[in-house]
Amino acid sequence: MSEKFLVRRRGATQPRRMLFRAMPGLGALILCMALADGSWMQKVPADYHLKVNPYAGQAAAIAGGAKLFADHCAKCHGADALGRRKRPSLRSERVQVQATEGDIFWLLKNGNLGRGMPTWSAIPEPSRWQIIAYVKSLGPASGPAAALNSSQEKSE
Amino acid sequence: MIRSIARLVRVSVRTPAGAIWRFALLGCSLFFVLLPRAAAQEPPYFVTYSSALEEPGNLEISLRNTQAAPQNGNSFLGSALEFEYGVKGWWTTEFYLDGQATRNDSTIFTGFRWENRFRPLLREHFINPVLYVEYENTNHADRSLLEIVGHDSVADLLIPNAAARQEVEREMELKLILSSNTHGWNFSENFIAEKSLNESEPWEFGYALGASRPLSLISRGKTCFFCRENFSVGAEWYGGLGTTDGFGWKATSQYLGPTVSFDIPRGPTVLFSPQFGLNDNSAHVLYRFSVSYEVQQVWNMLRRKND
Repeated sequence: MSEKFLVRRRGATQPRRMLFRAMPGLGALILCMALADGSWMQKVPADYHLKVNPYAGQAAAIAGGAKLFADHCAKCHGADALGRRKRPSLRSERVQVQATEGDIFWLLKNGNLGRGMPTWSAIPEPSRWQIIAYVKSLGPASGPAAALNSSQEKSE
Repeated sequence: MIRSIARLVRVSVRTPAGAIWRFALLGCSLFFVLLPRAAAQEPPYFVTYSSALEEPGNLEISLRNTQAAPQNGNSFLGSALEFEYGVKGWWTTEFYLDGQATRNDSTIFTGFRWENRFRPLLREHFINPVLYVEYENTNHADRSLLEIVGHDSVADLLIPNAAARQEVEREMELKLILSSNTHGWNFSENFIAEKSLNESEPWEFGYALGASRPLSLISRGKTCFFCRENFSVGAEWYGGLGTTDGFGWKATSQYLGPTVSFDIPRGPTVLFSPQFGLNDNSAHVLYRFSVSYEVQQVWNMLRRKND
């Protein structure tokens, strides 16, 4: 077999070999894209989904939650909770309507470490419920800024 | 203790290295005053690490100090200036600059450390593991005592600075950090293994245990200064576990003490702990105190406001 033929043969199989090698990577990429549609709510166990906030609607707890929110959350999500840059709005339909308080409690406990949301498990449980009571008390936002932030969240 | 620290500061400003430290302290003080801050969620530990990592994009600057007066030796103030940055939700990196001032001796820079902490499990569990990797380049005069390993002893603290600084150690330190948060309490356990990179010394081992809890689990709506929610209390117990040549509690230091942290509203977090030596190889008492300041989303400060 001549050397010229061998070189041509290697050239012919190289793209196929490269494709074969890239298959696991492509698979992982597709899996990541499927998981990264922002639907963290799908990961929430049923017992968390049904949890009820013991401080819901309590004015004193909401005031405490506002203080905790300003300390821990406002820098990323904005003082008005409408989101900043790539950080999602907390006044979107997803957070305010679709997510239960238990869902948000689960998110605060576990975070979404791969996507930049830290865990807040070191904050005591009652304080986390206070933050949730405050966020839920804000209600959904309307207007162009809220719509823009909401669309950014969906694209994440 | 305050008098001895004041004396040490007076020693430190008489020397050129002391002047550098004075400017560093002044710079940090200005930094603490001028920048907006936020409360971190870390438990009040000096030696023990918990699973709490720095939030992504946040930078925490701390000045950690250790003051002690070993028997038959000069009192000293060991300091570590720490920069902790949250790279990802699962990765925190820290850089330390260490220095010390010893009474009737000198004030010197003792080296640097670079550490990284990784959280392998991305969800919260009953026990949360964190992997810790550190590179140290410090000399033997280092007095920051950020961990006790091998056969570390109070005798190491008696060597004059001029002699101790001649020996520079390049070490790799590994830790397995286990931490749990339950009912407002944090329980953390650290297992430490350290290996010298420039000498053929055996592996050195150590441990640190910590438990802590905020004084109040709920937040009041009003901003208050001396209210319970601004304080956390706990205890730390740490020490050496010998080496691969002689594993155990013999010929090494052990310390135990209470800790308290105070989150000053719109200000830094202050930690204090008297830690008591549990055997003859330990100093009678180490007074530890630190001031830390968290700058949230540090890169946002460099961007235009209307971005």
